[in-house]
Amino acid sequence: MARSVWKGPFVDGYLLKKADKSRASGRNEVIKIWSRRSTILPQFVGLTFGVYNGQKFIPVLVTDNMIGHKFGEFSPTRTFYGHAADKKAKRK
Amino acid sequence: MARIAGVNIPTQKRVEIGLTYIFGIGRKTSHDICVQLGFAPERRVHQLNDDEVLRIRELIDRDHTVEGDLRRRVAMQIKRLMDLGCYRGLRHRKGLPVRGQRTHTNARTRKGKAKPIAGKKK
Repeated sequence: MARSVWKGPFVDGYLLKKADKSRASGRNEVIKIWSRRSTILPQFVGLTFGVYNGQKFIPVLVTDNMIGHKFGEFSPTRTFYGHAADKKAKRK
Repeated sequence: MARIAGVNIPTQKRVEIGLTYIFGIGRKTSHDICVQLGFAPERRVHQLNDDEVLRIRELIDRDHTVEGDLRRRVAMQIKRLMDLGCYRGLRHRKGLPVRGQRTHTNARTRKGKAKPIAGKKK
């Protein structure tokens, strides 16, 4: 079920502060975040976030299209290297 | 014969059912259209006169996205997800289920017919 509109989008509050600070500093550095569950808001557009995937920070440059998605969607947590059998089949 | 929204020619059937042959119109939308235009449920498509067919056509043109336009819209939405590089887009690219279903077994609709695994049986 979708989230109630009256609640507004969910964002961990400290992200707003982090984004503001990064904008104020003017340097374009990766903002490391662990909050994969937060919604991407319009004020994040243009910033680069390092979204933690459990192992490392995946750099995500936020664009207009990403508004409304969650940070976690852009930082895959699983790596799939294919099946051993597939590789064998290819070699033949 | 009634041509509504392009190539669809459902006849003999009740109007409410016939309209669902149009891509983008299901039972609910079809029912709404019939109520809006005041067609009795027993009315068959071939019993409609030209004027009534025209009214259906106008109503669909005005209020609904159907057929090619709808397909294009859906394709655009999927393309957007794929270009974005988000999780749902990745799943679309790989042709796997997008909404968190299991893929250990099943998921054949997305994955297609099962491929035999080389050298599994001895």
